[in-house]
Amino acid sequence: MKRRVLLATAAALMALPAASFAQGMDKVKACFIYVGPVGDGGWTYQHDQGRQALAAEFGDRVDATTYQESVPEGADSERVLTQMALSGCNIVFATSFGYMDAVNNVAAKFPNVKFEHATGYRRDSANVSTYDARFYEGRAVTGTIAGMMTQSDKIGYIGSFPIPENIQGINAAYLAAKKVNPDVTMSIVWAYSWFDPAKEADAARALIEQGVDVVLQHTDSTAPLAEAAKTEGVIGFGQASDMAEFKPSPRVASIIDNWAPYYIERVGALLDGTYEQKATWAGIAGGEVEIGEITDVVPADVKAKAEEVRDAIAAGELHPFTGPLNKQDGTEWLAEGETPDDADLAGMNFYVEGITGQIPQ
Amino acid sequence: MDIGGINIITLLATLIVASVPILMAALGELVVEKSGVLNLGVEGMMIIGAVIGFVVAVQTGNPVIGFLGGAVAGAALAAVFALLTQVLLANQVASGLALTLFGLGLSSLIGQGWNGIRPPLTRDVPLGPLSDIPVLGPVLFSHDWMVYASFALVVAVWWVLRRTRAGLILRAVGESHDAAHALGYKVRRIRMAAILFGGAMAGMGGAYISLIRVPQWTDGITSGAGWIALAIVVFASWKPWRVLLGAWLFGGISVLQLSLQAAGSRIPVEYLSMSPYVITILVLVFISSGRGRAMGAPADLGKTFHASR
Repeated sequence: MKRRVLLATAAALMALPAASFAQGMDKVKACFIYVGPVGDGGWTYQHDQGRQALAAEFGDRVDATTYQESVPEGADSERVLTQMALSGCNIVFATSFGYMDAVNNVAAKFPNVKFEHATGYRRDSANVSTYDARFYEGRAVTGTIAGMMTQSDKIGYIGSFPIPENIQGINAAYLAAKKVNPDVTMSIVWAYSWFDPAKEADAARALIEQGVDVVLQHTDSTAPLAEAAKTEGVIGFGQASDMAEFKPSPRVASIIDNWAPYYIERVGALLDGTYEQKATWAGIAGGEVEIGEITDVVPADVKAKAEEVRDAIAAGELHPFTGPLNKQDGTEWLAEGETPDDADLAGMNFYVEGITGQIPQ
Repeated sequence: MDIGGINIITLLATLIVASVPILMAALGELVVEKSGVLNLGVEGMMIIGAVIGFVVAVQTGNPVIGFLGGAVAGAALAAVFALLTQVLLANQVASGLALTLFGLGLSSLIGQGWNGIRPPLTRDVPLGPLSDIPVLGPVLFSHDWMVYASFALVVAVWWVLRRTRAGLILRAVGESHDAAHALGYKVRRIRMAAILFGGAMAGMGGAYISLIRVPQWTDGITSGAGWIALAIVVFASWKPWRVLLGAWLFGGISVLQLSLQAAGSRIPVEYLSMSPYVITILVLVFISSGRGRAMGAPADLGKTFHASR
């Protein structure tokens, strides 16, 4: 009984500022839920940088001090999200794909709280927005470097989960490498985790033992780079964050996720009353995906080629997936000059022609 | 020697390295359980050992001192458990679980600011011509000193438990603390010593992850290794040699499934990665079916001892 009164009061309290949404808000409480620790040096670290940028940008007008680290994808995340909504958060950033069901469930119960879900595609209620970055554009750049740098013509990819985001990355990297090095082959290892340093290190080791000398990773820790550092001549790339501590080698370049502009834009919109539901998917051109410094280990011609790819993508002249392209089984995917639309990309569940192995079902 | 595109020699060599952390932690836990104490805090002690070992090694520039630091840190956390369960007579299962949660949180706090630093490198022991022997060389004679130390510890634990008076007393305490007490043995003191030993071993196992296997510090680096160590003790039915086998089996499967993927094998990896846990469940079912005694579980495992009762 008491609990119900409490909940009702909380709901009523939250209903109050709703009336003034159109005029904006004086103060916004922004909350964050992370899948890993902020000290992972990768994915979660970058989201936390974005959170800190909020505080720096808006000062007293934004309370961005609430965040929860290492929340497992699943029932736990629903509990944490509910807790955040009840504790007065105006906008909640859920920063992992696997929070999708939880975000939409909780959002339906708290229509006055804005939910922002990273890398998801479900927006069941009007208060759920999604945002994503075109990581595959960055993969095209690192794939170009990988294809030109490999001595053994074998490159490796450590995937996290077999979801479209990973498959986009694998296909984009492979196609870019193939373009500059027709002999290249790619081995793929699924770690079934976004963050498990020991397993990521083992995965990198397994690839290196197979003769792979360029390791691309889609997992969040720096362990694959540390493993690559043990073997002479093996290189890798920073993932999600710059991972600058492994410069100049094995980290020869990196794909950096820069979430700060998006967070500032969204919270700013909430403050001045222009907030609207939307689905954002920006890439290199929008500044959400950055390519970290290409170190001197990379020869000048390779570096020039990689920068050319990067600039062409940014300018909209090059799409990482441009036809003619076939699927792995040989059926046609894209005709000459054709590029996929966003829905096609977001649901990608096949390898392109030339990649061996199967996507785990 | 390739089978299915996997080089068996490198696989075996990797397997031996991959199993060291769980082997160390499981050996320590075996001694603890043999003394009749169930410490579920292995994961917490491992991760504290991992972070302190890392910090000490970076500060001193010496990985050996780092391992000692990890051992001391693991033992210090185990001392908290000993205080709770042996002096204050708290429930062992609850205290152990609390220890894991506490260790995970504390390690994350201590580890702030230590991300992305590279620890001093531990080199392989130069065994000269031995490492040039075909097959055996790369598999057995090209590892770091901790690998050999862990082998030596398996032998030492087996020898002490089976062949010495101290081991006999320790087992007596675990089998029947009342009888041991009646004979005049200091049950509490012996159990505390065993708990501290278990903590030190778990701490060293954790330090192996952060100093050699992954070489770096990140939050949550042990990612469940402590739980696997606990399972191995049961799987091995409290016998040191079988702990070694169990560690190789569990470590081997985790390495094998990644190697199979890298080699492009079409075996569904999900089955392989769940097999160690399935085996553990089967063993647990077998034990709880009333044959636990035959499996070697100490009779007074997990029971609280107080001299007045």
